[in-house]
Amino acid sequence: MIKESPSYRVFSSLNYLALGLLALATCYPFYFILIYSLSDPARVVGNPSFLLPRGLTLVNYSEIFSKNDFTGPVLISVGRTVFGTLLTLIGCSMLAFGLTKRATPFRKPMYIAIVMTMYINAGLIPNYILIYDLHLLNTFWVYIIPGMINAFFLVLIKTYFEQLPPELEEAAMLEGAGYFTVFARIALPLSKPILATITIFAAVGQWNNWMDNLLYNTRQELMTLQLMLLRFLQSQSYSLRDAALLAATQDTLTITPTSLRMTITVLVVVPVFLVYPWLQRYFVKGIMIGAVKG
Amino acid sequence: MRGSSFRSVKLPLMLMTLPFFALVVLFNYVPLFGWLMAFQNYFPGTSIVGQEFVGLKQFERILSDDQFLHALRNTLVLSLLGLITSPAPMVLALLLNEVRRLRFRKFVQTVSSFPNFISWIIVYSIFFSFFSVDEGAFNRLLLHLGLIDTPTDVLANSGIAWYFQTLVGMWKGLGWGAIIYLAALSGIDQELYEAARVDGAGRFREARHISLPGMMPTFVVLFILGIGNLLAGGGFEQMFTFMNPMVMDRLENLDTYTYKIGLQGLSFSYATAVGVMKSVVSIVLLLIANGVSKRINGRSIL
Repeated sequence: MIKESPSYRVFSSLNYLALGLLALATCYPFYFILIYSLSDPARVVGNPSFLLPRGLTLVNYSEIFSKNDFTGPVLISVGRTVFGTLLTLIGCSMLAFGLTKRATPFRKPMYIAIVMTMYINAGLIPNYILIYDLHLLNTFWVYIIPGMINAFFLVLIKTYFEQLPPELEEAAMLEGAGYFTVFARIALPLSKPILATITIFAAVGQWNNWMDNLLYNTRQELMTLQLMLLRFLQSQSYSLRDAALLAATQDTLTITPTSLRMTITVLVVVPVFLVYPWLQRYFVKGIMIGAVKG
Repeated sequence: MRGSSFRSVKLPLMLMTLPFFALVVLFNYVPLFGWLMAFQNYFPGTSIVGQEFVGLKQFERILSDDQFLHALRNTLVLSLLGLITSPAPMVLALLLNEVRRLRFRKFVQTVSSFPNFISWIIVYSIFFSFFSVDEGAFNRLLLHLGLIDTPTDVLANSGIAWYFQTLVGMWKGLGWGAIIYLAALSGIDQELYEAARVDGAGRFREARHISLPGMMPTFVVLFILGIGNLLAGGGFEQMFTFMNPMVMDRLENLDTYTYKIGLQGLSFSYATAVGVMKSVVSIVLLLIANGVSKRINGRSIL
């Protein structure tokens, strides 16, 4: 071990301190919101707790799930996450499989055209007009179909397919199996790691997406949880004081707008938090592949 | 096999690729025809085909539009602040690299990159929880400690809006940004460090003469892309979520302005012209930055 200079030791302690503060600055806001959502609304209104929940209760959560206004957006968000992820998975893997086969006509130009979409965006209005012309405006499908094929996912899956050993596939084809059989029975089962990766990426992307809701969906019954939270926040920025006062003077167990907001925030973050360990691990790998490719 | 090779080989492969490829073309390339609107006087509800062409009228309008110039100013300021703070993730990577306790290092890395994976709405909700006037934890704490008498509305303070948004952007992206540089650091040949130690270099000199140069190629690539993104001005999502009437004159960027005049004001042709101009200028900027980088240090990313 090499001796460290005194100045380095000073630096090192300051470094630990700075990094610790950075971690705290990221962690604590989430913790603050969590304990607020677990606190008795009447006891934290206008006077939030900083360390522990005050009057520990699940009333905010039970209130949310008993209100019909919330079940809709929750279902829409879950629905788009499940269906959107599933279709992205099927579409991207099938297209990627086809693009690895020499016999596919125009496979190279197709691949280039797909990769180029990472850098091409026609812009807000042209996209809006397309969605309008396709009659996707104000439909559930607008959450699923436009983003179904993602160039980044496709590159990841294709790279993975290419490094699978070709022998199994060749043997199956000699036995008379067609491409669809090879895809479903050989390529997919051998590619579980990358499919798991894409599933998590796509699911988080779907869950977090709200732009398509803002731009293309004005129907109340198709509103996602994310946009609902934004609308809620926007309504609070101006009328909060009155609302809080009103809530405080009412029945003590009445849920306040702030408690409600904190609770929705927790509900929106929790799913991402749960898959985060995988998300982080795979994302780093994905970046590496991207770096090697690019 | 006679005659069946198309049915058994090409046909299934085409069925696997063409429908999905058609989706890619439909949603990425077809809307490019909408750029024609920038040269027309298009009105929503009519067809793009058969419209009268008005030449560059919409683009001329851009230059005399004060609101546009205002949005352009905000965009450039926000982007420049982003470029100025762009070495921050590299510094964080250097600091993390000096941590010997791997557990602590992993912890900081994991925690600080989490905000990258949550939506801007959640980020706004979090900052609102801390900085709003009435319920904000920040104000409550300062009032409680007697440091202020009246709550301050940070989110509605237009004087600091640019800098505040830069900080918010860093809160979300710093930890994740560092991971890319850590990957670059792990790619540096360990023998370089050993050789430096033999020569008597301390930790600081190692960082300066080995780690930092090792991260430079990554930094240059990201910086060039950043210059290509000069007209993004923090992007739509961040500015849209944090927008309120008090800070609008500082946070309105080209993207939110396009949304406002296009989808809210229904000036489709004009909004498209702004979008086309933005795309074209971005590509030109990217090419210039890439050319300069190639000239100076021989690195090209395109």
